[in-house]
Amino acid sequence: MAAASDNGAGAAAASVSALAAGLREAGYLPGASTALVSFLATRLGKPILVEGPAGVGKTELAKALSKVLDRRLVRLQCYEGLDEAKALYEWNYRKQLLRIQAESQDTGWDEVQDDIFGEEFLLSRPLMDAITSEQPIVLLIDEIDKTDQEFEAMLLELLSDFQISIPELGRIEARSHPVVLLTSNNSRELTEALKRRCLYLWLDYPELEHELEIVRLHAPELQETIARRLVEIVGMVRDLDLKKPPSIAESIDWARTLLLLGAQDIDRAVFEETLSVIVKHRTDMDLVAERVGVKLVGQRAAAP
Amino acid sequence: MPPGRRHDVSWSRPILIWIPSAGTPPHASGIASHLVAFAAELRCEGVNSGTAELLDAVAVLEQVSWTEPQDFREGLAATLAKSQEDRRIFELVFERFFFRAAETAAIVESITEGSAGGAAGGEGADVDLETLRQQIAAALREGSEGAMRDLARLAIAAFGRAGPGSGVVGVDVQRIRRQLGLRSEPQPDLPAEDPRRDGVPRDALRHFESLLRRELQRGKIERTQTLPPSRPLSELDRALPSGPLQDLAAVHRVVAQLKRRLKTQGQETRGHRRHAHVDVRRTMRASLQTGGVPVSLRFKPQRPRRPEIYVLCDVSTSVTSASVFFLSVLHALHDSFRKMRSFVFIERISEVTDVFDRERDFRAVSEAIGRDAGVADVSGYTDYGRVWSEFRALVEDDLHPRATVIVLGDARTNGRDPRADIFAEVAARAGRTFWLNPEPRLYWNYGDSVIATYEQHCQAFECWTTNQLEDFVKALTRPVHAA
Repeated sequence: MAAASDNGAGAAAASVSALAAGLREAGYLPGASTALVSFLATRLGKPILVEGPAGVGKTELAKALSKVLDRRLVRLQCYEGLDEAKALYEWNYRKQLLRIQAESQDTGWDEVQDDIFGEEFLLSRPLMDAITSEQPIVLLIDEIDKTDQEFEAMLLELLSDFQISIPELGRIEARSHPVVLLTSNNSRELTEALKRRCLYLWLDYPELEHELEIVRLHAPELQETIARRLVEIVGMVRDLDLKKPPSIAESIDWARTLLLLGAQDIDRAVFEETLSVIVKHRTDMDLVAERVGVKLVGQRAAAP
Repeated sequence: MPPGRRHDVSWSRPILIWIPSAGTPPHASGIASHLVAFAAELRCEGVNSGTAELLDAVAVLEQVSWTEPQDFREGLAATLAKSQEDRRIFELVFERFFFRAAETAAIVESITEGSAGGAAGGEGADVDLETLRQQIAAALREGSEGAMRDLARLAIAAFGRAGPGSGVVGVDVQRIRRQLGLRSEPQPDLPAEDPRRDGVPRDALRHFESLLRRELQRGKIERTQTLPPSRPLSELDRALPSGPLQDLAAVHRVVAQLKRRLKTQGQETRGHRRHAHVDVRRTMRASLQTGGVPVSLRFKPQRPRRPEIYVLCDVSTSVTSASVFFLSVLHALHDSFRKMRSFVFIERISEVTDVFDRERDFRAVSEAIGRDAGVADVSGYTDYGRVWSEFRALVEDDLHPRATVIVLGDARTNGRDPRADIFAEVAARAGRTFWLNPEPRLYWNYGDSVIATYEQHCQAFECWTTNQLEDFVKALTRPVHAA
């Protein structure tokens, strides 16, 4: 692992604070543990397992890391039923068939057999891409909890040794050491074996000040007072028991919406008009309008 | 690692000497032995931290300076605690372990705060008590860590020694808190500029209490020159929060975990017979890609078992503390199982399935149930006999061998006829019947509890800690063999 840590990270990953600064520059404001764990991952060459509710910037972290480390991002989006053929590699059957049919009668069996299981007939999929890439990359395996447990088991070889075994070709080892991020929405428990190979990072909804900073970074034209008000309201909404609490991305969307509308203050009318930006369920909307909307009027009435 | 392993870890308990304030970095093996001991303690508390994790933790310490407390803690957490639940235990054990280690070192080196402490005590007496109260409240609202720690020491100096200490740390903490007049609810009778007027944030208050507890403990250790015996995390820390003033959020956390487990367990059994049925149509379609040769077989997906569940929940006064919890379990189950019917009962029974369908918010659900259910007639005491006969009348035609009936209640009949015969009939019609009793097994069949008569016809579980609830969930999702 020592060799990997030498060539794996550039100047941006020299220390925790340098990495944190780099992430900030890339438009991602990391929490204290986020920067630390990312730093450890680049140094130790271990994958990071990022868990947390939807929309707290798990995927964004991978994008920002790829920017900071100046590496290509290879992304594998997981879903139920994802298998090796779509994640690792697949033999190009059609091309193999063509090859066989184009063969003249007198060619020996051995020759053809060797031929059609060559790299020429291999369709490489994201994980294979990641492994064979000449340049070091950032590999993002998104929503790993959506796949089956079998797929998780298949990843183990890749995550601990950074290699893939293909029966016909042999072992393919990584040419460079990738930084790997796995994200999970916690919709099911991951296996112990997978967790053991990863560093663990839990991302939660940010603190008020932290979120305010994020909103101001992405919507700098918004007035300070409105931004603060917005973040406070989003915090209140999250405290309710909703089907889907608003994410950071939705706070940013809302900030941009308010900018577009040129709103001077968040009063009840504005709030109810733009509610659909942060709340996406019918029943949730009623609940939010009832609980938070009422408070807004109270505040407005209190101010002279 | 087999689950039993974590009990036999006595090999890894070296003597702990940990000096956080020493100037030179300790020898690597020194830190490693501390880590081994720390990991052993984590294992005792049920965190699955194996050798692989431990090696990672050591590797992390080569990258992270151990003199940065925040980085040190986060780095260890990233390698040793791999779920949120584990993280919670990690925090508790971390506090305990390193607090004890530091105190042990202090005793060994015989470092005391004797002189410094005396001076601080003298100052403390001069500080106006009312100013101190306000300062603390202000610090709590702003949540600044350093100020809180200093003020905790001042508060102990000012109030802690005013009266005789009770000798029990928890009691002293509460006494000091009361004298400071810190409450989380608003106190409108205070003057407007007082920072306590709008109430102190609950988290900050809890944090302040833990600081007080720490300082008091430290003082005690210093006086007696011995460490109190190390206690495992009490079962209470993990128990269902079932007091009458329980935190609803805490219940929801437990239930959220239950929900996740329900989902996972459905999937565990899914892989077993996966290759049983080839889906001919999809295989043919796939073979078009390969010139009609069926190279890759397609299988019929295996659907997870979706049992039909009937839940009966006692909401009478004898189970008040448990029923909030039970209702929220119901609430969570409704999200996971579509074919589910819920009933609440005291003297009579009432179906509340549509209430759960209609209302998302848990508070609204419990209010609606209290308002509309109409389950108490006159006395408000549970009448199991009547409940069974009404339940049988309601669902007689729908019960079938794939249905599961779950009863949440304490089986206290208040001297009325238990009518176990009707219950037996219901249990015979349903595939499986479970009884969750919120009382410890010790109290079963004492007084008017008749759980034994019902237990002949169903599986009864005591259910007042999260572990017990998990046992039940495992039983619930286990596949039925007789069908």
